[in-house]
Amino acid sequence: MREHYADRIVALSARLVTPFIQLFALYVIFHGHYSPGGGFQGGAMLAASFLLIRLSIGTDAAQLQFQRSWGTPGGSIGTLVFLGVGVVVLFFGANYLDYAGLPLGLPEPELRNLGILFVELGVAVAVTATLTAIYDDLVGEKPELHHAGLEEQATKTEEADQMAASPGEEPEARDGAVGA
Amino acid sequence: MKPIKPIVLTALVVFAALIVYGIGHLPDRASPDAPPNTEESAVGTPNAAAYYIENAYTDADTPNMVTVTLADYRGFDTLGETTVIFAAGLACALILRSRRRE
Repeated sequence: MREHYADRIVALSARLVTPFIQLFALYVIFHGHYSPGGGFQGGAMLAASFLLIRLSIGTDAAQLQFQRSWGTPGGSIGTLVFLGVGVVVLFFGANYLDYAGLPLGLPEPELRNLGILFVELGVAVAVTATLTAIYDDLVGEKPELHHAGLEEQATKTEEADQMAASPGEEPEARDGAVGA
Repeated sequence: MKPIKPIVLTALVVFAALIVYGIGHLPDRASPDAPPNTEESAVGTPNAAAYYIENAYTDADTPNMVTVTLADYRGFDTLGETTVIFAAGLACALILRSRRRE
């Protein structure tokens, strides 16, 4: 993966800044009850931190942090959390999205406080995953031609090595390579 | 560039005059007598904004009344926004991913 580092300074500073962006994003999400912020803004900042890593060291290396295949499921999970809070409340005798019906045994204002938190978390997950997924879709998957080219090269050099090792038994060697 | 027809020009001038006339009669944004800032509307029904401002903290135990309005009083609207964002991501996935496979 070393060839993905366009520039070491860029990669290092992106890696240095990313944890702080993520920490501030979590602060924006969880402090939305007391200050400007909430799920949308915090989720966008979290997605920005993922995209910073993707831009600086390449999408392949960034898979360790947030995988390409998590985008669409993450968006679904976030939206389903929001919908689920509304539906759960229905089963305990309250209106749709009326958080006072949450079965947690707390006074009503605190239930609403918690309900807002759950909903904001769902929004944050959905926004983070969806924004990252849109970037991944625009960039596209790893070009398979590049991969195929590499494999072709590898087999060619292998054959060349075998030919150099035993010039007289070329067909058998090739059969053996295919079999293996 | 084509010359503007006289009838179009007249209509534009009339609309501009109407808009300028209307702007002059709007209340001040911060005026306590502006309809959104009063407790009762012109017809005598209670206004939602005044209720939110007065009861947001006691209803949801949350000091930020914007958050309470967005996520609790208007939770359905926020659910729609989240769905829109998710749908946008889904549309990107469907369009861009299928094109690359061809």
